[in-house]
Amino acid sequence: MSPTSTDTMLDEEWMLSPAVALRPEPFGAMAYHFGNRKLTFLKKPELVRVIRSLEGSGTVRDALVQSGVPEGQWPAYVGALRSLAATDMIRASKGKNND
Amino acid sequence: MTNVVSTPVARPSGGSLVDQFEFGLDAPICLTWELTYACNLACVHCLSSSGRRDPRELTTEQCEAVIDELQRMQVFYVNIGGGEPTVRPDFWHLLQYAVDHQVGVKFSTNGIRIDKEKAAFLASTPYVDVQISLDGATAEVNDYVRGPGSYATAIRALKNLNEAGFKDAKVSVVVTRQNVGQLDEFKRIADEHGATLRLTRLRPSGRGADVWDELHPLPEQQRIIYDWLIANGDNVLTGDSFFHLAPFGESLPGLNLCGAGRVVCLIDPVGDVYACPFAIHDNFLAGNVLNDGGFKEVWQESELFKDLRSPQTSGACTKCAFFDSCRGGCMAAKFFTGLPLDGPDPECVQGYGETALAGDRSLPQPSQDHSRKALPKRAQPVMVQLSLTRPDPVSPPVSACAASPLAGFQP
Repeated sequence: MSPTSTDTMLDEEWMLSPAVALRPEPFGAMAYHFGNRKLTFLKKPELVRVIRSLEGSGTVRDALVQSGVPEGQWPAYVGALRSLAATDMIRASKGKNND
Repeated sequence: MTNVVSTPVARPSGGSLVDQFEFGLDAPICLTWELTYACNLACVHCLSSSGRRDPRELTTEQCEAVIDELQRMQVFYVNIGGGEPTVRPDFWHLLQYAVDHQVGVKFSTNGIRIDKEKAAFLASTPYVDVQISLDGATAEVNDYVRGPGSYATAIRALKNLNEAGFKDAKVSVVVTRQNVGQLDEFKRIADEHGATLRLTRLRPSGRGADVWDELHPLPEQQRIIYDWLIANGDNVLTGDSFFHLAPFGESLPGLNLCGAGRVVCLIDPVGDVYACPFAIHDNFLAGNVLNDGGFKEVWQESELFKDLRSPQTSGACTKCAFFDSCRGGCMAAKFFTGLPLDGPDPECVQGYGETALAGDRSLPQPSQDHSRKALPKRAQPVMVQLSLTRPDPVSPPVSACAASPLAGFQP
């Protein structure tokens, strides 16, 4: 089961939404969207690392590699990123999902 | 010791959010800040016993310093209340100051200052949310507890906000024995004004201690509240205040946990920091933002908050099959009804609260009271208008101060 066969997000460039602030917490981080006022709890420090490294990376794949996430876990991370994208916590900076 | 639910003794890695929240956060999620004890109303159930301004209230500069610190701590929004916060002359300035410093504001008001001009200002300011207090869907029920004219004031404010294009104001209702039958009506009022309904629990805090016995929902009404929330929950806010009802069945949306000192706290008008907005009492005072190294220091280092973030003993409740859903209920509700903190909530839906209330207890002495001593008659709520029981002339109470003029009269 290759993660790339079903999901194109790996090859896209994403970034933290400019309206979102991340606040470190003992369990990971809180993400707050100043526009839609949604508060999201990121319960895995590893996911917070991936999101932070989106900024300096090319693609989502680069960010996952850079954060040391084993390839077998990529689908789970892409799933988490997709749900963050649904509430505009992260935004496509380039690629197919850019609007 | 069978069937005892154990709570973790140290912060788990992963696990549920509730497990994480029990051990506290680096900064609160839900911070209430009461800007003044001054209020034009004198609601009988006021949590903070407000009325008169306290001469020690934080100055404009001190308030700005608190906002600066909240910005540094990344407290993303603050719930401002009082008293009536809009009667502070610098209220609108502080509102703007907070918004300009990435601290969003939701403020609670009785609506007294929300005229057309202010409604237009609010509609044009991002990161501001307005919550209008209304405790009856009719003037009769509302004014009984909030005072004459307060229903009209609240409705006028909602109308002004709606007409100015303010989106999604909140209609904030404390559910009482008298308004529990009006939940659909409250929803209709909110809908009509493009607003969202918010229901919260009546607490026996502040002056609420004096009227709780008369106003808190009866056991059968708790079930009505629960059923209504389950049916309407997605479109109604609750401030997560009904988690004591969770043992009726499924958990209600939101946080089913006492957040006091863990994710919630209160800064009062003089800068005192309490564990939660319903616990303004010396027993729950963690420190002061002026004297104890600032808010961050109090939040992160106070002995009281550290204690609240350590595993709590919940006594007999831990043996109850429903402990995991209610976690013993509301600390403030227990404290202000004179019940032990490691026992059941006074409104425990398994009935343990009633048993506890019937036993020996003594109500705590209030540690502050800003009620106005002499309030003009026209502004006083008159709690004799709504008698839920008709005087019974056949078996009247007969005493020197019997309420009914027909007492003792047998035709």
